[in-house]
Parts: sequence; C-alpha cells; structure tokens
Amino acid sequence: MMFWVLQSLNGISYGMLLFLLASGLSLIYGLMKILNLTHGSFYLLGGYVGLAVLHLTKSFILAVLLGSLAIALLGVVMERFLLRRLHLQEMPQTLLTFGLLFIFSDLAMLIWGGNPQTVPKPELFRHSLDIGGMVYPSYRLFIIGFGLFVAAVLWWVQEGTRIGAMVRAGVDNEEIARALGINVSLLFTLVFAFGAFLAALGGVMGGPIVGVYPGADFEVLLLGFVVVIIGGLGSLRGALVGGLIVGLLDNFGKVLFPEFALFTIFAPMALILAVRPTGLFGKE
Amino acid sequence: MKTTSPARMALFLAVAAALALILPYVLTPYYLGLVVKMMIFALFAMSLDLLIGFTGMASLGHAAYFGLSAYVTGLTALTLGWNVWLALPAGLMASAVAAGLFGLLALRTRGSYFLMITLALSQLMWGIAFGWRSLTGGDDGLPDVPRPRLWQGYSLTDGVSFYFFAFGLIALSGWLLYRITASPFGQCLRGIRESETRMLALGYDIWRYKFTAFVLGGLFAGLAGSLYVYYNRFVSPDYIHVARSAEVLLMVILGGAGTLIGPAVGAAIIVALENVISAYTERWVMLLGFVYVIVALFAPNGLTGLIESLRKKRAGP
Repeated sequence: MMFWVLQSLNGISYGMLLFLLASGLSLIYGLMKILNLTHGSFYLLGGYVGLAVLHLTKSFILAVLLGSLAIALLGVVMERFLLRRLHLQEMPQTLLTFGLLFIFSDLAMLIWGGNPQTVPKPELFRHSLDIGGMVYPSYRLFIIGFGLFVAAVLWWVQEGTRIGAMVRAGVDNEEIARALGINVSLLFTLVFAFGAFLAALGGVMGGPIVGVYPGADFEVLLLGFVVVIIGGLGSLRGALVGGLIVGLLDNFGKVLFPEFALFTIFAPMALILAVRPTGLFGKE
Repeated sequence: MKTTSPARMALFLAVAAALALILPYVLTPYYLGLVVKMMIFALFAMSLDLLIGFTGMASLGHAAYFGLSAYVTGLTALTLGWNVWLALPAGLMASAVAAGLFGLLALRTRGSYFLMITLALSQLMWGIAFGWRSLTGGDDGLPDVPRPRLWQGYSLTDGVSFYFFAFGLIALSGWLLYRITASPFGQCLRGIRESETRMLALGYDIWRYKFTAFVLGGLFAGLAGSLYVYYNRFVSPDYIHVARSAEVLLMVILGGAGTLIGPAVGAAIIVALENVISAYTERWVMLLGFVYVIVALFAPNGLTGLIESLRKKRAGP
C-alpha cells in the first residue's frame, strides 16, 4: 500500500513537470500552429541557466525566476526574428526548430560539458515530511502543489482575463481577431515567450529531482509529445491530464518493468490513438 | 510537373551510367567509400520523398525503418551467419512489417499529429535498441558485421565490388521509385497531397493509397539501412535516433521535395558537408544546426525550387 502511494506521488510530481512543458507546447500550437521542437531545449537551457544563477547567488527563487526569464527572452528573439518569417509553413518551421534544437544542444555541451549536474533543493524543502507513518520528501510535494497552482493560474488567465479572451479569439480565428483590432502579432510573441518560460520553469524546478544533463532536451520533448498526443494539442486540460497520465505511467513503468519502461508509456498512447486520434481533449 | 524530353533524359542517364562505371577506377578507396555513402543516403532520402514530396505525409520518424532493417540484417548476418540473400530480405521484411504496424496508428492522423506520432514511434524503436543490451549491444552497438556474402566462400570484401553491389541495388530502387511515382498510383498520391477531400469525393480509397505509400517508403528506407550496415560493418542506436530522421528530412527539403532527383542531390550534399565539417571541427552538430536554419529560411522549396525561380526570372515576366 505504502509503495503504491509513494510511487504515485513520485509519478504525479514528475507529471507536473511534464504539464509545465506540455502546456506551453500546446498553447503555442493552439495559437500559432507551430510544433515547437526546441521546447525540450528551453527546458534544458532553463535548468542550466537556473543552476548557474544558483551557484552565483545561492538563491533558489532567483534561480527559478532568472532562469525562466532568460529563456523567455530567448523565446522572444526566436519568435520575432526567425519563426515570424515562416508563419504557417509547416515544413520550414520543422526544419528551423530542429536546427535550433541541435544548436542549443551543442551550445549547452560546449558551455556546461557532458556531465550530468544536480540542482540542490531549496533550503525550505530539504526535509522530509511524515504523513501518517510515511516519510516523503517535501520538495516533491511542493512541486505537486506548484503545478496545481500554475494550472489554476493558467486556467484563470485563459478564461477570466482580457488577454486570455484575446488568445482564445486568436486560436479560433486569427484573421477575424486581427480584423477586430487585436494585436495578434504581439500576442504571438507573448505566447511563445510564455511557453518558453513555462518549459524553463519545468527545467529549473525539475533540476533537484531529475537533474540537468545532455540529452534531456530530446527526452522531455518526446515525453511532451506523448502528453499532447494523449491529451490533445491546444488543450490546457489535455496537458494537465496527459501530463499526469504520462508521469504516472513513466514512473510505474520504470519501477515495475525497468526493461520495458517505454512500453508502459507507448502502449496506452497507441490505444488512445486508435480510439481518439486527436487525443482525449483535442478538437477537430 | 515540368517535363523533360526523352532525348535529354536518355542522355542524362547515359552520362550517369558511364560516370558510375568509371568512378571506381579513378577514385581513391576513401572517396569511393564516400560515394557509396552518398548513394545509400540518396536512396534513404528518396524513400522519404515518396511520403513527404508525393503524398504530403511529413514523417519525423523515418529512421525507424532504416535502423530496424539495419539491425535485423546485421544481427542475422552476425549471429546466424546468414548470407546476403537471407539477411537482406529479412531486414526488408522487418521494416515493411514495422511500417505497416506504425502506419496503422500514424495514418489515423495528419499534419502535426502525424509528425509527433511518427517521431514518438521511432523513438520507441530507439529505446528498444538502446535498452535491449543482450540482443543489440545497447549503446555500444553491434561491431564487426561481415561484408555481404554472396555464396559460400565469396564475400564482397573489397571496395569496388561492394560499390557495384550497392550501386546496382540503389539504381534499381531509384528506377522502381521513379516508375511508382510516374504510375497512376503515383498520380493518386499527388492528388492526395493536393487535396484529400477532392480525392475522396472522386471515390478513391485514400487510406489504402497512403498506407501503401507508407509501407513502400519504409521498405526502401529499410534497403538503405541494410546497405548502410554492410557498408559501415557496424550498427548502433544512432541509426534510429530522431537526429537521423531529421537529417534525412533536411536532405529531402534541401534538394526539393517531390522530385526524387532533388532529395538524392540533397543527400549527396549533406553527406559531403558532414564529411568536410567533421574533419575540421568538433562543433559540427552546431554547424549542421545552422545548415537546417539556413535551408528553412532561404531555401524552403529546396534547390530545385531555387533553380526553378531563377529560370523564371531569366525568362522574364
């Protein structure tokens, strides 16, 4: 019993990181119809920059903030100067984001080397909690809470604010949104930067649990894809539900069938594809 | 589609054939090996072009079939001692079956979903090659795969005979691909690329056409993979990695999707470029990344597209 509860919590906390990644992936696709292959790089670079800030300032909060903001800035530059030129051109976009994935991955290798690095936990969450006889690291519980908080904020922004309404209008019909006087061009930059911010946030926050290492960019990109395939592209709810499903499957797969860990993720993905090709909450 | 006159076509083929026959006797073994690598990747790129350029299915997991066939051919040759008449068809069979299974799933979707699913499925295959150490050697791969053995006591050990072996199979495949794309079946694929709904309204069973194209693409990619394992005498999970799928996509786009000859030229360029860059710097991954970016921004329609637009400019409005 204890085993199941603890492992479920592990899976849920990892699922929250995947949610941070996939929500940005989904948001960007929903508005701009870009399948952003550099999303895993945002996660990885966020982790590295956050770690560098942590070493300099010894402050976890600053590491999270500056790491994510730096990558958001990178997102602004990417959107303004590169992606903008390839609006709605699927193949060139794919090539471009793939090229950047290679460039960022090699750049990270050049700057931070090939050894995996660990991010120390923040002072406040270094202890373990005793819940009804179970000892569990508080940091993972914090991640779960934080993920739920971000989900709530995203939901509120999307449904309850003016900017959320503008994004929804842009998703539904870009041209009409432009005609209504919504600055869709600015919206594109904002949403892309925000997606990058969320991915980097996942990278820094996930650092103490999974570490920062070369190849993580490809790894989380793949998991992020599985999340949106299961949950549905462009759906916030899909990113959350998909993230939790993949997080749990990934964790239990690794614990119960280490040799076939990937199958525990892919078999359900194949099943959902067979039943609902656009994912649980996808439109079309 | 632009048409080439039969006379020009015949001349082109004659020159190409003569060149292919002379090459082994004028090039050093090193450069002959490089030419073989270019030809293998030309076939790989043409097989993906069948999906992207002719049918409009943008796959990001095409290395799955290339790598699977390479593994099956390499493993059966290495552990069971199968000769090329058994090991090569075994690889092709495996890649065709895999393409069929993956096609059943991936073809339920289109566009970005298709891209993601083909990528995810190929990474599943990569994960198996990486994780199943006892069979595949994991990260270390399978070294010392023998050169193709035609019959007992005769293997294609020297560079020139292997060149002719590879050239023969690749030229045959190129011709088959050309015939496939020029046939009524190929016209249907183009129709699907332009408008699925129109083809559906005309009464075509588009799923069957797409599925056939998908399996054929996997089959020819598999042949390229098996030839590559014989060429390299080595196979590792890198053969299946998404980086290789991206590389072959770059070759197709750089050359010009939908032309067969374009992707073949694109493959030769990328192989040559990698060879040059990796000889001078360790940062070739980054430089290759810049090649992707440059192609995406400045030549999204490929070299054939560039030539076409230049020709139009010269002809005047």
